[in-house]
Amino acid sequence: MIEFRNVHFAYDEKEVLRGINLQIDYGETVVIMGPSGSGKSTILRLLLGLECPQKGDVIIDQQDICNLPEKDKREIRKNIGMVFQNGALFDSLSVGENVGYYLFEHTRMTLDEISEKVEKMLGFVGLDSDEIIDSLPEQLSGGMQRRVAIGRALLSTDPKIMLYDEPTTGLDPQSGANILSLIKKLHLERNICSIMVTHQIADALQVGDRFVVIVEGLVVFDGSLDELRESQELDVLNFLAPFRESLHGVTNKRFI
Amino acid sequence: MWLKHMAYHSQNQFFFFFRMLRALFRLPFYATETKEQLYLLGVKSLFLVILTGVFAGMGFSLAFAQELSEFGAKNYLGRIMSISIVRELGPVLTGLMVAARVSAGITAEIGSMKASDQLDAMIAFGIDPMQKIVVPRLIALVIMLPALTVVMDVIAIFGGWAVATLAENVSSSLYWASVRERLTFGNMFIGLLKPFCFSFIIATVSCYKGFTSEGGTKGVGRATTESVVLSSIMILVVNFFLAKIVFQLIKGYL
Repeated sequence: MIEFRNVHFAYDEKEVLRGINLQIDYGETVVIMGPSGSGKSTILRLLLGLECPQKGDVIIDQQDICNLPEKDKREIRKNIGMVFQNGALFDSLSVGENVGYYLFEHTRMTLDEISEKVEKMLGFVGLDSDEIIDSLPEQLSGGMQRRVAIGRALLSTDPKIMLYDEPTTGLDPQSGANILSLIKKLHLERNICSIMVTHQIADALQVGDRFVVIVEGLVVFDGSLDELRESQELDVLNFLAPFRESLHGVTNKRFI
Repeated sequence: MWLKHMAYHSQNQFFFFFRMLRALFRLPFYATETKEQLYLLGVKSLFLVILTGVFAGMGFSLAFAQELSEFGAKNYLGRIMSISIVRELGPVLTGLMVAARVSAGITAEIGSMKASDQLDAMIAFGIDPMQKIVVPRLIALVIMLPALTVVMDVIAIFGGWAVATLAENVSSSLYWASVRERLTFGNMFIGLLKPFCFSFIIATVSCYKGFTSEGGTKGVGRATTESVVLSSIMILVVNFFLAKIVFQLIKGYL
């Protein structure tokens, strides 16, 4: 279980999170929404232990990630797969090396075993491995890069938690839809807990079971889609106002 | 304000240096990366160093020969060449050339990795960038900078010889005899200690600037410039104090 207890966080002078309380169970698909600069991505960085809160605790499986030595942090990170905004693929390595990165670094598998796994994984995320395995990330389209990034995160350690930072931002609708169906497939097939951060409401509604809205560093809404539709909270209404149509248009969110 | 900024960064750079030293003696050790860096930082700088060495040696030799001939002391050309090149010119020129070529590259590489979240991705995969990125570059510099300095010394002395014999009518055997006279243990020790220290300067400054670069591509550009300027200045400053201190310490052995 993941828990945020009264988390405050600031970059230098700028306060980003102002007392976040959140509990997420394994198996849930949570979408964290909010306007740009509301501190959504920071939540993911705190979860990975890349940053530590100035006040409050981030607890993963009863352990406060910031008070752990580096070695134990690494153990916790093994359960977490992170898909960074824009993929963050290692641009000097080929697609195959990117996807197999964790296996190259942390296991004693032979090259053949790794490349077999990499090919299987590329297939799983819907890419033609023969075509792209040797190309560099920059030669791929944005959507393909994002899928390689998901593959890389999945092949790392068989994660229990997947974190997605704006997975569909900057992609064309078709690629965006593919990524969303992949996230959904992962949840259904492997029962992975997904936490997705986005400001694209239409995408968020298709994937999430539970929605969290953050405005100016505070959780202003936490609940299901139906509750979100009914919510009369002023901040939520303001945030959702431009998306009213898509909010009520979604009838069948399990679209694969 | 800028004084505070400078003090803050100097202090952080100092801590970074110690973290780097600690990482040097810790596992895991990335042999493939180190080999790659040895090639990229060392072998690829060879041509630059040779070119610099030839022309610096020739230029020095020409200037000294003309000056010495006024006193009828051209025969001492070799002594002056070997002392100035082995103790000063070789280490400093190699340090500056490698700093210009390498520290820009290292800072830009680490800076853009940071800008595109690749460093965070690396940490998320349980890999310490200090071990994976900094240590291989440090080891490569520590090995390659003294080696390149030796190459520079040799080439520059040969360049000096070419000018001395061909243009200035100094006899070849006299030149070499007087070069050998000043190739003492003390001079060579200082001449090799300097690049060893410079390699730590270049590694610390360039990696630190890369890791702390902020503000996207523009920030990376700024960090790169700062990295080259700072490492070059520090090389010159440290060069002076090192010569002064070490000279005092080993005076008796010279």
